[in-house]
Amino acid sequence: MAIGNVGSAGPTTGQDALLTRPNTDRGLVGWLTTVDHKRLGILYILTSLTFMGFASVEAFLIRLQLAAPGNTLLSPDVYNQMFTMHGVTMVFLAIMPLGIGFANYFVPLQIGARDLAFPRLNAFGYWVYLVGGLFLYTSFFLGGAPDVGWFAYAPLTSLSNNPGLGTDFYMIGLFVGGIGTLVTAMNLIVTVVNMRAPGMTMMRVPVFTWLILVTSFLIIFAFPPLTVALFQVIMDRSFGTLFYVPEAGAMPILWQHLFWIFGHPEVYIIILPAFGVISEIIPTFSRKPLFGYPVIILSGIFIGFMGFAVWTHHMFTTGLGPVVNTAFALTSFVIGIPTGVKVFNWLGTMWGGKILFATPMLYAVAFLVTFTLGGITGIMLAVPPFDAQAHDTYFVVAHFHFVMGGGALLAFFSALYYWFPKMTGKMVSERLGKLGFWLMVPGFYVIFFPQHFLGLMGMPRRTQTYVEGIGFEFWNQVSTAGTFIMGAGLIVFFFSFIHAFARGKPAGNDPWDGRTLEWSTTSPPPHYDFVRQPVVNDRDAHWVQKYPDSVHGERVPEAASIPYDAHGIHMPGQSWYPFMTAIAMLPMSYGLLYNNWWVLGLSLFVIVVASYLWALEGVGGKHIHVDPDHPHGHDRHEEDAA
Amino acid sequence: MRETIAPTETHGAAVLSARSTKLPDIKLMMWVFLASDCMFFGTLIGTYLVYNGRSLVGPGPLDVLDIPLTTVSTFVLLMSSFLMVLALHSLRQNDISKFRLWTFGVAFFGAIFLGFQIYEFRHFIDLGLTLQGNLFGTTFYVLTGTHGVHVAIGVLWLLSILVHSYFHPWTSKDDVYLEVAGLYWHFVDIVWIVIFTVVYLVEFV
Repeated sequence: MAIGNVGSAGPTTGQDALLTRPNTDRGLVGWLTTVDHKRLGILYILTSLTFMGFASVEAFLIRLQLAAPGNTLLSPDVYNQMFTMHGVTMVFLAIMPLGIGFANYFVPLQIGARDLAFPRLNAFGYWVYLVGGLFLYTSFFLGGAPDVGWFAYAPLTSLSNNPGLGTDFYMIGLFVGGIGTLVTAMNLIVTVVNMRAPGMTMMRVPVFTWLILVTSFLIIFAFPPLTVALFQVIMDRSFGTLFYVPEAGAMPILWQHLFWIFGHPEVYIIILPAFGVISEIIPTFSRKPLFGYPVIILSGIFIGFMGFAVWTHHMFTTGLGPVVNTAFALTSFVIGIPTGVKVFNWLGTMWGGKILFATPMLYAVAFLVTFTLGGITGIMLAVPPFDAQAHDTYFVVAHFHFVMGGGALLAFFSALYYWFPKMTGKMVSERLGKLGFWLMVPGFYVIFFPQHFLGLMGMPRRTQTYVEGIGFEFWNQVSTAGTFIMGAGLIVFFFSFIHAFARGKPAGNDPWDGRTLEWSTTSPPPHYDFVRQPVVNDRDAHWVQKYPDSVHGERVPEAASIPYDAHGIHMPGQSWYPFMTAIAMLPMSYGLLYNNWWVLGLSLFVIVVASYLWALEGVGGKHIHVDPDHPHGHDRHEEDAA
Repeated sequence: MRETIAPTETHGAAVLSARSTKLPDIKLMMWVFLASDCMFFGTLIGTYLVYNGRSLVGPGPLDVLDIPLTTVSTFVLLMSSFLMVLALHSLRQNDISKFRLWTFGVAFFGAIFLGFQIYEFRHFIDLGLTLQGNLFGTTFYVLTGTHGVHVAIGVLWLLSILVHSYFHPWTSKDDVYLEVAGLYWHFVDIVWIVIFTVVYLVEFV
């Protein structure tokens, strides 16, 4: 293997870089300057799992506080910080980036590409996410975390109502983190639209990648309203504007509208990638093609559109009137239809299949049941009179934990077990995986199912304690007991991966007899993903190449492959500038937080300079030479290990 | 270790033919960004409209807005879009001196527009319209200021292209890099048409 640097195409080439262009995949420099979508995917996944660990600790403290009436473990102030940071962390720093991490790693592999369209921008997106998350978490040491709930309603967030820095941490942290999410979504759209392997028409694109495309469109349309709303509150708090000052005639309900115009699509930004992985895993473990591929795709697109037309169902009790409530109740019922259709697609895929209940499939089936239950309570809450009763009670808490935790998170856990062998080349112990599953999922139900009852009894959410003798004790104790079961499950879950990493059996290229292109390359895939770029001539590209006779009753022609280019495989060059640009956003955020204009100005200057150097540096790149006939040494002989 | 240098032109062409849509990534990226930016300005304009007429104290729009003045600056911005078309055309014709002239013209007209905006802001502040004074001030300055920042970024971008063209030979093969700047510029121009209509003209209907 030989690696050489080449000058890049285009006018934005310059060799006069401030820092020499790094060209090593080793050590800290290799990771800080990486543009490899697989490394960035791993960074996303590890970071989001770490934040999930923080959020789990916060949730555990909340449940301990609620274990007994009149408990004083957490003061009301600390309790507010705990539920706010739990929600913010799970939504913005854990579940959504976990989906983006999988997208980073597997979208290029599934479409037969070697990287994303803009590899350096991809690195920038990750580092900005990390900066936003770290910034938010330093609030615990700098005067207290945000305590206004994860949707931070105005005018609770005004300077006079909330003089502490917590709210500023929330606004600035999400503002900065949102930039990373936006650019990554744009990058993914261009990648899926423009970098598909020859022959991969849109109706041959794997479902996970399709739904990531839909998700990315949701992100680019949903995040700007949030960004503007956050900006407005930052302006109000730092510069004395009047956006959410009722005394000046402003309408604080505007925040609710802007937040939920973002917030409801956000729900689908989280769940559509989960639908995607489920649509990969269920066919693989049922050994059948996905039932109704076009229907899954079209219903996904329909969900994407309708996701922008239901936001007011979060605001039924704000007094918008019966006409608005009825209209949004109807749209909320309508969005249940394509979601329900998908559930039947998955059931139809399993019907008559030779189902293998390996750990990923167990999680996928648990997802189906749990998500459906959460969907049913969602339809209940879409009925305005019912919502008026259940609003702001534990019924709502139970509902969205069933769809977010039991839905999205179980699907992503399923994806971790499914794709871990591909990412590391090692198998996870089925015994540990199943043990974790049988602790985690029952634990989940013990925690959250009783919360439906508590909600219907009238227990309000976001309240630090409750009085004795009104019937809340028993189910709260059950719920808290469940956290120990699920917590044990989480520990086994994490341990199963550590164990696999240390002493897992070699996975081979295709341990699950997979259907999509990521299973056609080695585990883990080489830096350049594929030696020869694949050519696709059917849906389930890898499957039809393995079993050309078994698909449509007629033999699928063998795919031509693109001949190996004697120039070698062209890969984008590494760069310091995405990291520099992103990391400068940390002092920028503190400058804005403390209204220190010197720090803010200096950081902005660094950002501008680094952006210019980034542009002048050019795409760059290197050519990697491999022997096309023996690309991976002895590894290639493990191809048929399944 | 073997050094491999790919010739620039064939290299670029090879990349493009491998793209599913045969369109350059950077151009698709700009369209995706502009789609997103529509929602950004949509939210700002929406906020302006929701708060329009809700200020409890003056001055209001009719007290400060000066249609003839802003019509002139709007006309200058519109003409800059025309020069943008000429610049791109000249580059595609490999007429580098014209390309530089028109590119400078776009940036210059953009700068004139910004000058008008700075004058307008100072004038409005003299008339008592401040960022913190009433809701009209808050929403007006944040909306038009955000647009002004977009124009300023565009001016900086075009000047950067101009300076770059003296250090690195630009040819018709590089047209996509000017084209995406042009897409951005036209978009910012169109947004101003909307703002001018919604904020200025409609007040006087």
